[in-house]
Amino acid sequence: MTTVNFLVNGQPVEVDSPPLRRLTDVLRDDLGLTATKVGCEAGDCGACSILLDNEVVNGCTVPVGRLRGHEVVTLEGLDASGRIERLQRSFLHHGAAQCGICTPGMLVAAAGLLDTNPAPDEQAVKDGLGGVLCRCTGYRKIIDAVIAAPNFEEEPIRAPEGKAVGQRVPRVDGVPKVRGTDIFGADWSPPGALVARVIRSPYPRASFEFGDLQAFVESHEGLVAVFTATDIPGRNWFGVIVPLADQPVFAEGEARYRGEAVALVVGEPAPMDAIDLATFPIDWTELPALMSTEEALADGAPLLHPTRQQNVLIRGRVERGDLDAAFASADKVIEGEFATGFIEHAYIEPEAGFARRIGDRIEVHVTTQTPHMDLIEVAEILALDPAQVRIVPTAVGGGFGGKLDISLQPFLALAAWNLDRPVRMTYTRPESMMSTTKRHPAQMKVRVGATAEGRLLAMDFEAIFNTGAYASWGPTVANRVPIHAGGPYVYEAYRARTAAVHTNCPPSGAFRGFGVPQAAIAQECLFDEVADAVGIDRLEFRLRNALTAHQPTVTGQVFEAGVGYVDCLEALAPIWQRARAEAASFNERGNGRRRGVGVAGLWYGCGNTALPNPSTIKVGLDREGRFVLFQGAVDIGQGANTVISQIFADAVGVPLESMIRVGADTDTTPDAGKTSASRQTYISGNAAFAAGQSLRKQLLALVGASEESSFEVDGSQLLVHDRGEVKRLDLGALPVIEGDLVAVAMATYDPPTTQLDEMGQGEPYAVYGFGAQLTELEVDLELGTVRLLKFTAAHDVGRAVNPGLLEGQIEGGIAQGIGMALMEEYIPGRTDNLHDYLIPTIGDVPEVVSILVESNDPRGPYGAKGIGEHSLIPTAPSILNALRDAIGVGIRKLPATPDRVLAAIRSAQRFDDVAGNQL
Amino acid sequence: MLAGADVRKNGSVDYLAPSDLDSALTAVADGTRTVMAGATDFYPARVGRPLTEPVIDISGLDELRGITMTEDSCRIGALTRWSDIRKADLPRVFDGLRLAASEIGGIQVQNAGTIAGNLCNASPAADGIPPLLTLDASVELTSQVGRRVVPLQAFLTGYRQTDLRPHELVTAVIVPRGVEERFSDFQKLGSRSYLVISIVMVATVIESSAHGTIVDSRIAVGACSPVAQRLTQLESDLRGLKSSDRLEDLPRMDHVSGLAPIDDVRATAAYRLDATLALVRRSLRLFSESP
Repeated sequence: MTTVNFLVNGQPVEVDSPPLRRLTDVLRDDLGLTATKVGCEAGDCGACSILLDNEVVNGCTVPVGRLRGHEVVTLEGLDASGRIERLQRSFLHHGAAQCGICTPGMLVAAAGLLDTNPAPDEQAVKDGLGGVLCRCTGYRKIIDAVIAAPNFEEEPIRAPEGKAVGQRVPRVDGVPKVRGTDIFGADWSPPGALVARVIRSPYPRASFEFGDLQAFVESHEGLVAVFTATDIPGRNWFGVIVPLADQPVFAEGEARYRGEAVALVVGEPAPMDAIDLATFPIDWTELPALMSTEEALADGAPLLHPTRQQNVLIRGRVERGDLDAAFASADKVIEGEFATGFIEHAYIEPEAGFARRIGDRIEVHVTTQTPHMDLIEVAEILALDPAQVRIVPTAVGGGFGGKLDISLQPFLALAAWNLDRPVRMTYTRPESMMSTTKRHPAQMKVRVGATAEGRLLAMDFEAIFNTGAYASWGPTVANRVPIHAGGPYVYEAYRARTAAVHTNCPPSGAFRGFGVPQAAIAQECLFDEVADAVGIDRLEFRLRNALTAHQPTVTGQVFEAGVGYVDCLEALAPIWQRARAEAASFNERGNGRRRGVGVAGLWYGCGNTALPNPSTIKVGLDREGRFVLFQGAVDIGQGANTVISQIFADAVGVPLESMIRVGADTDTTPDAGKTSASRQTYISGNAAFAAGQSLRKQLLALVGASEESSFEVDGSQLLVHDRGEVKRLDLGALPVIEGDLVAVAMATYDPPTTQLDEMGQGEPYAVYGFGAQLTELEVDLELGTVRLLKFTAAHDVGRAVNPGLLEGQIEGGIAQGIGMALMEEYIPGRTDNLHDYLIPTIGDVPEVVSILVESNDPRGPYGAKGIGEHSLIPTAPSILNALRDAIGVGIRKLPATPDRVLAAIRSAQRFDDVAGNQL
Repeated sequence: MLAGADVRKNGSVDYLAPSDLDSALTAVADGTRTVMAGATDFYPARVGRPLTEPVIDISGLDELRGITMTEDSCRIGALTRWSDIRKADLPRVFDGLRLAASEIGGIQVQNAGTIAGNLCNASPAADGIPPLLTLDASVELTSQVGRRVVPLQAFLTGYRQTDLRPHELVTAVIVPRGVEERFSDFQKLGSRSYLVISIVMVATVIESSAHGTIVDSRIAVGACSPVAQRLTQLESDLRGLKSSDRLEDLPRMDHVSGLAPIDDVRATAAYRLDATLALVRRSLRLFSESP
């Protein structure tokens, strides 16, 4: 231990600590300054940026022992001093914070930049903030916010009463994000909490035997307990698709993937910091592993799960029309094979939380997208009644589907329940990357037939998904993809078949789009080849075949309205013409670079596939005249808190400012369902609308007022203005229904869907969102590097409830699409960190222009539908199409890294040499 | 923070933070401690592991920080950070080194990482090494028994291996002063804009006569072999050529055949050679176009 005296935010502090401890840990754990976030502990993400003697550094690479006499400033200090007030207001105004986990790092880096450069331009902002990663925003709004900060004067946008929907109001939960006061999974735990860490398999497949665990605990002072499979009181498995749930909390006898949990070590914090888990008593025997779907499908391959023949978890299928006849009548048939790899969610907040036992109940506070599903899983694992379990989602520092499966929830609950002491955990970055779900790698074969006039006739799509060791959301991917693989187009005949295949890889699960982004790559890239083969402009080809209202989808569903795909394509048409002309003129000049333009479309069904998917929202009015929204739809940065508030406010007919929000918390908010499948705006929005309307009716009935009335709160009086007359409701005089509420309403919305028949026919979704994106880029022909110039994204969002948040979703989706197209591939055992696994930085996302198309969906609240996943789906294919446009040859194995692009350029050059042309 | 004897026992480490060079040399004399400077490589290598090894933290040795020019050499103190180099007012021949300094990690890493740390970590992809090779830099190594100066190429003995002896500290990087208006460039290639480990990087220094004839050149390539290498054949083939000679046509595959790149997650080996040639050509083009 060393005693170190230094200055933090202007105040002298004295810290007793092991001198090598990271400054971030001292700030957070010893000094309670949790605005500084920890994303990687390796200087890769910048979330822990602080000012050390007025210079921006990563707190995670500063040993506290060296700080004697130095000065540290954190976001708390910048906030308290008022020195970044304009910057903070500019961040809120521009929507520069989504989940908020990178926001403190961004603000500190920006403060450091503005100290030396009071009027930075875009390049200066990128250079200044290039060391901080963000996975949500796509960076564009951060750049705008920093550039605008020095002179930022604008007042926050306020929505007129009853007209919040459609307004670019700042997010209602934004202030804590820009002040660093939002509480994420690792930011708070009860005093005296123990720390737990997981022992994981170092091999993709291995049997193991424990040594003397009791002796291990006893020989380490400060260790409290070790838990293994034998300590699980309930069922030792979990899984989101209950009939197929197969993943053990702790592996028994054999681990099926590298990173699988086998034991939990729990102890006091400082000894847990000092313990070397490599000394844990366990003998591993590495076994031959199946690392690819080819190996797993081979005859005689060992089965990961004995009942799943050929290692096939599930197959999916949609079939419509006479495929053979349609292909036979086609003038052109084009086919192609496409491959994608594992993609990591790379949210900047690793899994974290704490659990505590309160009497005969267990509380788990955790970063999660799905509190009610967590509750059931924890109850089953601990053999408790669900009423004994409470899940309280913390602020979620990015999810993207990766926090839809339980991770550390059962570990926390098991340890806290048994030890009757609070227990906390935070995954390290490598642990998060090796053990949690990934986007499914896909191998896809597609065949498309069209007439000489460019009318689509048939598609045959086949995909094998590497679903990893356990089911997770593999069934959802296998079922959703066949419906979507054709894209938003009309076919005479269609067949799509999928299989999710087990391997000894990490479980593939949910990741923004559930397999549809992979399928869209195959379909949209092949479409460009079809259009070229029939000699029709690529955008025009899409327009001619676009799905419209009154036409059947590939599952035979017919929508009467809310199909805005043609509008999206038409919105892009003038940009397409302009960009193509500019690229052609650039390319005439030569000089070792070529420009290309690409377009790709998408459709995506909001909500569960052909399954019930209800959301329940409760609302009320309290004695002080506050309208209360019990908001159980977890906001993971996408904006559900704001959007659902806007819808509720308008449904009641009161200003946003008269509302307060409660939740999410399984004890207080009803089940709004999981934050997935782009469902919260549409489904929870509808529930909030219905609950709001119901509350409004109740209040009007209490004073006998008409439908046209408006509300005004005056202290504890509710004034109801009804056609020139004012009726008063004395809230204090009303009977209390529960808590402080004098009026309560609750509503559930479940989308009208049907089950699919054996050919995949039916109505799997009540609402689809549509869109198309256009990419302009430039390729360096010597290096194979791609410089993105501009994206234009047109999305049918039904109704733009909050244009700023929608742009944020679009820009963030595009950033993830850029990663998928150009740089991201998770390789088990090789890229378990954020310097080998690359996600886009602030320098990698160009200008994005969003065009919001409003088709006014008859089923959406105020016509609105989802955007979260839609925005990512067309990005990678539009980039790949632009790349092919530039270099004349398509890339079918992702990511299109510079070496692959250069190899493609070389192959095109060889081809052109033979043909007597020069690229 | 929990108190108590167990914490003290488990949490204690052998950590020394000397404030002058003599004490530091005493501390390293027995050769058992890990030397820590900017710590930007120390912590990433220890994620999830206990921080219990004996360390000597030399970051307090202010005498090792800063750049000083003497008549015959430029002395870059071991603890000079990349941001110090980026911001320094240095002659043109240091342009490549300053470009490299601005492309290492992000601002956060540049404000912490040191030049000596980059050399001692001896990553094949260390961005600082190729420019220093083109500057003919040497490494000053100091111990209680004395001081020796080793050419950088000799200091780097293999993949993450150096000639640093256990009782020594790197105290400076020394660049000889010569014609300081030489052309100098650094080309870094990675798969994203910031925070990226190089696929390849090329550093170039070219000295030319008043008439544009190449008198001397040094071209060094990183991330294509266990230790960054000079392209000596190309350097000699360039000698006597003029900047108007379409120099970019000169580099051929056999000029880079001495490199030994590998296939890894960032790129294939074959690509690295192609990219090296492309980057070398780019630097030569810049030289031809330069005043």
